[in-house]
Amino acid sequence: MTDLIVLKESLSELVKNVVEKHGASRAELIPILNEINRKLGYLPSYALEEVARLTQIPKSQVFSVATFYQMLSTDEMGEHVIRFCESAPCHVVGGRQVWQRLQEELHLQPGQTSPDRKWTLVTVSCLGVCGVGPVLIVDDDMYGNVTPDMIPEILARYA
Amino acid sequence: MKVFRSMVLVSSDPQSMLHGAEEVYQRFQAEIKAFGLEDEVTVSMVGDIGRHDVFPLVIIYPEAVTYGPVGVEQVRPIVEEHLYKGRVIPEYQASVRELSGRIAWLNARKGTVPAEQRIVLERAGLIDPTSIEDYILHDGYSALGKVLTEMTPIDVIGEIQKSGLKGRGGAGFPTGLKWSFVSKAKGEKKYVICNADESEPGTFKDRVILEGDPFSILEAMTIAAFAVGADEGYIYVRGEYALAQERLVHAIEQAREYGFLGKDLFGTSFSFDIHVHSGAGAYICGEETALLESIEGKRGEPRIRPPYPTTHGLWGKPTLINNVETLANVPAIIRHGAEWYRQFGTPSSPGTKVYTVLGNVNVTGLIEVPMGITLREVIAIYARGMKNNRAFKLAQTGGSSGSVIPASLQDTPMDFDSYARAGVSLGSGALLICDEDTCVVDLARVLLNFFRRESCGKCTPCRVGTERAWQLLKGISKGQGALKDLEELLELSDNLYQLSNCGLGQTAGTPIRDILKHFRAEVEAHIRLGVCPAGVCPMHEEIPASPVIA
Repeated sequence: MTDLIVLKESLSELVKNVVEKHGASRAELIPILNEINRKLGYLPSYALEEVARLTQIPKSQVFSVATFYQMLSTDEMGEHVIRFCESAPCHVVGGRQVWQRLQEELHLQPGQTSPDRKWTLVTVSCLGVCGVGPVLIVDDDMYGNVTPDMIPEILARYA
Repeated sequence: MKVFRSMVLVSSDPQSMLHGAEEVYQRFQAEIKAFGLEDEVTVSMVGDIGRHDVFPLVIIYPEAVTYGPVGVEQVRPIVEEHLYKGRVIPEYQASVRELSGRIAWLNARKGTVPAEQRIVLERAGLIDPTSIEDYILHDGYSALGKVLTEMTPIDVIGEIQKSGLKGRGGAGFPTGLKWSFVSKAKGEKKYVICNADESEPGTFKDRVILEGDPFSILEAMTIAAFAVGADEGYIYVRGEYALAQERLVHAIEQAREYGFLGKDLFGTSFSFDIHVHSGAGAYICGEETALLESIEGKRGEPRIRPPYPTTHGLWGKPTLINNVETLANVPAIIRHGAEWYRQFGTPSSPGTKVYTVLGNVNVTGLIEVPMGITLREVIAIYARGMKNNRAFKLAQTGGSSGSVIPASLQDTPMDFDSYARAGVSLGSGALLICDEDTCVVDLARVLLNFFRRESCGKCTPCRVGTERAWQLLKGISKGQGALKDLEELLELSDNLYQLSNCGLGQTAGTPIRDILKHFRAEVEAHIRLGVCPAGVCPMHEEIPASPVIA
């Protein structure tokens, strides 16, 4: 219980700092959520409530924005997040086979996190590096020209 | 201003990064320091240098010697021999095979094939994108100087109108006309917005411009602001483009320091400043009214039009919204004049177009060519032919605004009008070139999956229509299709076009319409014969679904 209170306090502190940095206005809502998401890896609902309280924006509106954008997540992610581009340019140059191999290795459906919370697998739309498709991103590392055989090797780097 | 004797540029396109460009860059810094050359030589990373066969590439100016591929172990010899002793190392030099615009084998064929013509990408890859001084040395801000000291806003709009420049975001709306609308709109407060939410699958031209030549966008926006009477600007950059955002923020700071942004520019009473606004991952925000909503801190749901942003835009004020590539044309038009610009491209679509060439071809990457060249030329000349000598089957022109172009249209000139007459669209500049191993049902399924995911959900025809169309295509690819599905797909395609609120839904049905028009027999084979002629569709097993919202 004390842990939870400590967590909430540090979360409040973090949100307060971010809101102060950007300014408590509606126009800054997305930059604020972006920064909190970057710092925590996702947007805990308590943090969203704090944003609503500090910016005087209705809670429903804050949640509605937080759930609209793909780079914002209201679910806690695994330790490493794999983003796989499923758009057509990657798909036609072998993305389909890479995707199959990824699923075989991880036994995850898109959007799922592994039971040990090590991996989260998500599919994303174009990442803008289509010249080197198929493309996937693990955390902040981008991999291009990926072949199915490269998957075990890439995953092993995060073991 | 600090003067350097030499400048070292290390390519930082994705391919080069994969081949260790970052390490090469760091090693250069270390070695230059080790030889005590840090006050004489600068090192920077630049985006697309213009050749796509050697990675990473290192260019040393002023000699313009190109080394490549350069590994970490070659850095010390290059620094010692070339920069310290002044001796070029021929064995490390890259073959003079494929430098864009100056390609040797292309020069030999001068007049018989269209050469690359760089206006928009003129400086990208050749200048240090973090140095305003370098930009100024390369004609930077001379257009703004001319505008502010010699021209009236009406002159500027007139020049842009005369140039015939059309919006490069996909729709091809005449730029000068849009400027004149905003200029005539009533209101004290007006905004200029650069739409850099480039999210069309397969398109990354704007990223290369923003990363390689960020000052050109600032200069163009300032010219536009002067023309329409705005004093504040936003650049809406998609959230995934972290490097582009960093470069823009840095460029804006430098421009303010040098008096190219801020109050009373060039000693006139004209003031203008720019903010960078990051997106958060939503394709729909490239739609201009959704983009406005997003800047205002809301869900990126498109507004109902009219009224148009030219009169009721950001916070209800008249707003000019232009795409990155469109803006990048502006300084060159002002510098050289509309007449000069019109010598490129076709009479109805002057200028150049930047394409991203992708798919089953030998060379992928970015090209800037005059409007009106053909798909056949792009594949044969710039893409160096189809990979593994497979046959060309179709090209998809990218994202929501594009079409599926069958091989029968590969000799149609690629400009807005010729494509419109052929019933297809140029899209945003992505050319996804597919060979005979591509299945049209599979391709359409992937495209519809994209629209289904990216539909904002505000209007029913799009939210439900894209989902239903995707389900039907998925069914066909699993061997569960019926002929009546094709009629339903056509009806959905039509409804999406007629009833959707914005461009996303209106064009989401295009792939369906195109494949049923050009490849109906192949689609029907899935249903009538239970086979996928290209051998791509599973025809039985489950294709894992992706969640609508990640």
